[in-house]
Amino acid sequence: MKPSKQKWRCVAAAAFASLAIGATLAPAAKAADHGTKIERQDWSFSGFTGQYDRAQLQRGFQVFQQVCTSCHGLKRVRFRNLAEPGGPQFPEEAVKALAAQWPYQISGELDDEGNPVDRLPGLADPIVGPYKNDVQARAAQNGALPPDLSLIVKARSVESHAPWYSQWFHMLVDIATGYQEGGADYLYALMVGYRDPPPAGVELGSGMYYNVAFPGHQLAMPPPMSKDAVTEYQPEAGVKATLEQNAHDVTAFLAWASDPSLDARKRLGWQVMLYLLITTVLLYLVKKKIWSRLEH
Amino acid sequence: MSGISHGTYEPTTRFGKWMDERLPIGRMLYTQFVDFPTPRNLNYWWTFGGILTFCLVAQIVTGIVLAMHYQPSAELAFDSIERIRRDVNFGWLLRNLHAVGASMFFIAAYVHIFRGLYYGSYKAPREILWIIGVLIFLVMMATAFMGYSLPWGQMSFWGVTVITNLFSSLDSIWKGLGTTIVEWLWGGYAVTGATLNRFFSLHYLLPFVLAALVGLHLWALHVVGQNSPTGLDVKTPSDGVPMSPYAVSKDAVGMFAFLLLFSWFAFFLPDYLGHADNYIEANPLVTPPHIVPEWYFLPFYAILRAIPSKLLGVIAMFAAIGVLLFVPWLDTSRVRSTKYRPIYRWFFWLFVFSAVALGWLGSKPPEGDYVFWARVFTFYYFAHFLIVMPLVGWLETPLKVPGSITEAVLGKEKGAEAAPAKT
Repeated sequence: MKPSKQKWRCVAAAAFASLAIGATLAPAAKAADHGTKIERQDWSFSGFTGQYDRAQLQRGFQVFQQVCTSCHGLKRVRFRNLAEPGGPQFPEEAVKALAAQWPYQISGELDDEGNPVDRLPGLADPIVGPYKNDVQARAAQNGALPPDLSLIVKARSVESHAPWYSQWFHMLVDIATGYQEGGADYLYALMVGYRDPPPAGVELGSGMYYNVAFPGHQLAMPPPMSKDAVTEYQPEAGVKATLEQNAHDVTAFLAWASDPSLDARKRLGWQVMLYLLITTVLLYLVKKKIWSRLEH
Repeated sequence: MSGISHGTYEPTTRFGKWMDERLPIGRMLYTQFVDFPTPRNLNYWWTFGGILTFCLVAQIVTGIVLAMHYQPSAELAFDSIERIRRDVNFGWLLRNLHAVGASMFFIAAYVHIFRGLYYGSYKAPREILWIIGVLIFLVMMATAFMGYSLPWGQMSFWGVTVITNLFSSLDSIWKGLGTTIVEWLWGGYAVTGATLNRFFSLHYLLPFVLAALVGLHLWALHVVGQNSPTGLDVKTPSDGVPMSPYAVSKDAVGMFAFLLLFSWFAFFLPDYLGHADNYIEANPLVTPPHIVPEWYFLPFYAILRAIPSKLLGVIAMFAAIGVLLFVPWLDTSRVRSTKYRPIYRWFFWLFVFSAVALGWLGSKPPEGDYVFWARVFTFYYFAHFLIVMPLVGWLETPLKVPGSITEAVLGKEKGAEAAPAKT
């Protein structure tokens, strides 16, 4: 190695090392209130092979119906979707009956005289909530707006709490394992994250509740479920109703509502990956054969 | 490159002969894409040109079908995307392919750009080829930016608001200039459905501008011929191999390997590269806590925020791309390929590191140490082009470059044997 080359290398190495040391010594990034660490849950639909658990989606719908619908709607999901494969897949007759007994009506249509009417939903109608619009919802909820839950799982994510020097590694692991359940993990943490009384020294606003998962920790939504009042399942479900079980099930149901094509997507994904893998190998062999005609 | 060919085009059918005398498309395709001499030493980094062409075509095809279902209005845009995801047959697939496709397009483009920088593919006589490439990059960015606004989610809306507002900094040069430009871009006094409509229109137009630029890029490429890992051109027949089947078979392997990555994201991680806030419908009254652009803009976003003055930040952000136009003249090295540049090699990887670091910093809130490091790497980003490239090229003694591609591949003796055989 030429001496000049060595010198240059020293300079470059020194510059690099000083950058690295500087970064380590610098006080940890001020991530004071960028959310609490959210624990990852074990979901049947997680990773690149996961699929929804139909029984869990059915239980989750039950929790949704008994708990969430008192304030929230699910307008992008239609009753017919509840009977489709890849979802809770209730029998169509049961869904028809469910729609016919739905406590909230479809409004905004006109009768033959042109007067606005309300009517019961059918299979093709959205799963509406109690409020006809946001103004009505806010008026009934002390100014807070219970959001529609159709996309709630997709619309939430968790921030990485890994230190700056290993974030890239966690990112690669997440990509390799197909982790995309941040929204579900967050929603579950929110369901079970209420603390009453709040930690010492926390001053809650009026009508606010303390939640460890919620950014800022003050949330207008009262605890939707509690240890003492769980949603009981049918005896044949074979699952003990607990707060955690309720929260898992309703989160799974809402994950499906956000992403109803997940099962089909991953199944097709494997077929596509397999086809591409085989084709890539074959093309590589073809390429090798062609290039073997030349010295290279 | 016409002097170095391996075969000749002879139309065999009567129609082929008739056509050849009138519009010789077949002859053009044969000489440019079958017989065209490609360096025999190209590595897999050279397959990204073909991959990028595929990406553009894939985006246009999926985009045209999506446009059949999409409603470009502030009231309906968000709902129509959800209809596509839920109710259109395989709509979820189309939409994932298009959204993930944009990211894949940029991954391939960044690999392609860094490959060009590493092997000196911008140096004479490829200056125009390189400059057209930079223009393609700019139009790609504009297209992607407008495309991201179309779902009309929170990040779409606020991304558009933040980025278009940048032009208002021109007010500090000439009072009213920035405001006028911003209102002209918006089609009103705020980001509204009017903005969405024009962005949709331009998002449909620009890909065809891209296609035209890609045509020019290819034209310029086929005039000067491809660079190679040694930085040497094809000078004798033994330096090159006919594009088909040699380069084509290699491109096919690269393309399918890339499709594996593409499919991994499209099928298993369709939202990984996006932002959760974009699943919330745009709301002008609620600002998201962190407004971040798509990942492929993050290095430039970091540069923008690294500079305390808004105007200078905007200038730096555009200059970060603009400086690429001058790379052919900023690099003073006698040799093209970094393979033979023992000192510059270190700076090249430092530049790659800076660009990646800026990308990471762009995703963080602009506070504390993040700003400090963004400034450090912004400094190096520009120093690399403006100081390192001219200075190191001038100071450095490059390693010995082989006499020809043939020599580099076969060794000195065999290379010398093969070289004079001019057929």
